[in-house]
Amino acid sequence: MSGTVLAPMSAAPRGASARLMRRPLALIGIALIALVVAGAVLAPWLAPYPPEAQHFDGLTIEGAPLPPGGAYPLGTDLLGRDLLSRILYGARTSLVIGVVANGMALTIGTLVGLVAGYFRGWIGAVLMRFTDLMMAFPALLLAITLAAIFTPSLWIVAMVIALVNWVQTARVIYTETTALAAREFIAAERALGAGTGRILWHHILPHLVPTIIVWGTLGISTTVLLEATLSYLGVGVQPPTPSWGNIIFENQTYFQSAPWLVFLPGAAILLLALAFNLVGDALRDVLDPTQRGQD
Amino acid sequence: MAAYLVRRLIQSALILLGVSFITFLLLFVLPADPVRQIAGRSATPQTVANIREQLGLDQPFVVQYARYLGGLVQGDLGRSYLQKTEVATLIAARLPATLLLMAGAILCELVLGLTMGVIAALRRGRIADQALMMTSFIAVSAPQFVVSLLLLYVFAVRLGWFPIGGYGTFAHLVLPALTLGILGSGWYSRMMRSAMIDVLRTDYIRTARAKGLGRARVILRHALPNAVLPVIAMIGIDIGIFMGGIVVVESVFGWPGIGQLAWQGIQRIDIPIIMGVTLVSACAIVIGNLLADLVTPFIDPRIRLR
Repeated sequence: MSGTVLAPMSAAPRGASARLMRRPLALIGIALIALVVAGAVLAPWLAPYPPEAQHFDGLTIEGAPLPPGGAYPLGTDLLGRDLLSRILYGARTSLVIGVVANGMALTIGTLVGLVAGYFRGWIGAVLMRFTDLMMAFPALLLAITLAAIFTPSLWIVAMVIALVNWVQTARVIYTETTALAAREFIAAERALGAGTGRILWHHILPHLVPTIIVWGTLGISTTVLLEATLSYLGVGVQPPTPSWGNIIFENQTYFQSAPWLVFLPGAAILLLALAFNLVGDALRDVLDPTQRGQD
Repeated sequence: MAAYLVRRLIQSALILLGVSFITFLLLFVLPADPVRQIAGRSATPQTVANIREQLGLDQPFVVQYARYLGGLVQGDLGRSYLQKTEVATLIAARLPATLLLMAGAILCELVLGLTMGVIAALRRGRIADQALMMTSFIAVSAPQFVVSLLLLYVFAVRLGWFPIGGYGTFAHLVLPALTLGILGSGWYSRMMRSAMIDVLRTDYIRTARAKGLGRARVILRHALPNAVLPVIAMIGIDIGIFMGGIVVVESVFGWPGIGQLAWQGIQRIDIPIIMGVTLVSACAIVIGNLLADLVTPFIDPRIRLR
């Protein structure tokens, strides 16, 4: 035991949440996220119909989807299913993938950056050269290839996204860890006999929390967009499980005559990605001391 | 400088080698069997085995990879399994279309992004600034396939100003280039805004103002050139983002570039095509990053490359 006082678990500047609340763009973002989360959680109660139910009266006599209004508030899709119900349940898919895939990417990125930044030497060199290599990979192309080869389930899609999305986090965490590791208080801890695990967990990681929060928030936006793109191409979440991307994938043949089938789920994707970008950007300004005082 | 360049070129070559290795390995270990795709469902086990042997797919990984590398150093990217053509030929035939699309996209993102950024910086903190920054957030949050379909719906289906897809005339280029450019404009407007704000704070701008130059002259002659160069140097870094975007945008618009080729190759597990396009994209990304680094000392002579 080193006998030192425990470092505070978070190095986030005080009053960060209060300052966040004063930013109108951040508030819009938080409101949008709350809306989508509410829609996803309350989907069974809010949705007028089960998302996979095909309705006999859900198509015109010619077999075309119904426009918004009437018994189906946002209209129906090509199989006569209620679009509102599918969008509400689709929010679950987006959020689950957003949180799970991004959580995995963040964990991998933080571990790689932390280990490479603290140990330097050959292990750091190997990890960072690998990170450089991943930076040169066309990420979307890699994700599409991987997703197309596997039979994609929700979890595989999440894994594929995590595999291509950890790189940015790793680089940022690496830079910060190298700077932290060179500081006196870390040298002092080492001199006092603190073990490597203890230094990493109690003294370095807490200082990285603000960065992890910022990148975690911005990363959800990237993840939501990537999932939507994979599902739109037909290699992401598979129907009949509704995802905003695969709703567009299924219905795009009707896109000229029934544009709502493409643009309502499209707007949902945009709003959710926008929300996390707004909040993430505001968090970066609020949590980063060098940005304070600027707008 | 020469030593720096040599070191960076060696690094780049190693990165490309790594990309080829990882892609090859992934395609080898993943449960994708290209032979089944080629042979079709009704093929006898004998036919399947014959095709496997012909393509050298019965060999161990090391042998297959060594063969691929051997071809690669001679500029041979292998033959497409299904199109029975050299991959290098296929890519070369489609590269001009992709480069044209990229040039259009870069033009769009610079015109839109730089204009938005400069206006936002000059109107800093006011309504126009906030509206423009909100627009830039929307631009970077919009999925490209939705933007493609939206532009198609409004400008091609409803208004009929542009063709619904295809290739050949300037009119065909506008919508796909705009789709790719909108995403980039979001990033550029934010970078341009902060670069401009930084420059407007410097002493030489205060001097220019103090000696009585008009506002327009100070902004256009003194501030803008200094703020804009570092932002334009970012084009090299964009290439990676474009390389992802073209797969989606080229498929939606039926643009016959390497993005569409990649998508066709992926759907049919045509490994040589996937490998070829991945390597060409990685090459573009590496060259883009290298160029972005190489131009910095010309833009800011205080920076030396080491």
